[in-house]
Amino acid sequence: MTTPVAQYALQLGDDALILSQRLSEWCAHAPELEEDVALANLALDLLGQARTLLTYAGSLEGRGRSEDDLAFLRTEREFRNVLLVEQPNGDFAMTIARQLYFATYQYELYAALCESTDAELAGLAAKAVKEVAYHRDHAVQWTLRLGDGTEESRRRMQEGVDQLWPYTAELFEADAVALELAGSGAAVDPRTLRPAWEASVAEVIEAATLTMPSGDWQPRGGRAGKHTEAFGLLLGEMQALHRQFPGAAW
Amino acid sequence: MSTGLPLWEVFIRGRRGLSHQHVGSVHASDAEMALRNARDLYTRRGEGVSIWVVPAAQVSASSPDEKEPFFDPAADKTYRHPTFYRIPEGVKNL
Repeated sequence: MTTPVAQYALQLGDDALILSQRLSEWCAHAPELEEDVALANLALDLLGQARTLLTYAGSLEGRGRSEDDLAFLRTEREFRNVLLVEQPNGDFAMTIARQLYFATYQYELYAALCESTDAELAGLAAKAVKEVAYHRDHAVQWTLRLGDGTEESRRRMQEGVDQLWPYTAELFEADAVALELAGSGAAVDPRTLRPAWEASVAEVIEAATLTMPSGDWQPRGGRAGKHTEAFGLLLGEMQALHRQFPGAAW
Repeated sequence: MSTGLPLWEVFIRGRRGLSHQHVGSVHASDAEMALRNARDLYTRRGEGVSIWVVPAAQVSASSPDEKEPFFDPAADKTYRHPTFYRIPEGVKNL
């Protein structure tokens, strides 16, 4: 029987894990060697957060599942990450747009979660908030340079923020698990994060001379295990080694 | 790996009290990005408390051709080395 805190840790842990996997796909493919290292650094920060969160979720649910069991042996429908983090990298501008949206969200989330009544979550948040502050800064710097850059970079950056915009609604959905825990002060009500997130994102988009996206289409379902088409391929790649050689270590 | 971006020389100060040391270089579009790239490349293991970046094009370097007039005259002037002093007993860290 899983607990609400275990479910919550799983949600946040899956977000970090899947985005980490996506970012690591850039390894050896980034536009510059320096950017290769920068993106890999972000991915490793997220992987560290995921390990803490999944280990915690595993210990709470009491089924003896380790972080590896949770990462490598669950199927698509068992993952609880939001749809935004699983979206394909696209071009560099698209990846930066995803980073801008998600790192700004994670920053607001972890900053609030530092006050959690759950000591483990508060501890993780206190450490991770510094990491994601840097992730946000990285995304902001690039958004400004691509948006206010050449005609081509501007077009791509606008396309990135436009295409991913619909997936941002899910970040602030009134999720049943989060709401239950927010009552006791263990989690953060996702809805409360939206004003600060939107103000922060809007400021960057405006400074980058881009147009703030809008639109009513709001895909959702990640928290319930309903994922987009690209997610299966991501999992296939992430889990292939562990499934072929169970318990493989190096 | 393309790179049309300018090169920056990176200097890191390891601890308070020490001076900045040259550690390498990075490519970046401007100074702010160079600082961030330097942070990612050279301070991953807690190496520093401060970073300087300098456009590599702004560094004036001595030329290998001038090596003799520049450096050789110092070779036989041993009196410039502080080796003729007797160190008083009890003095540490000299």
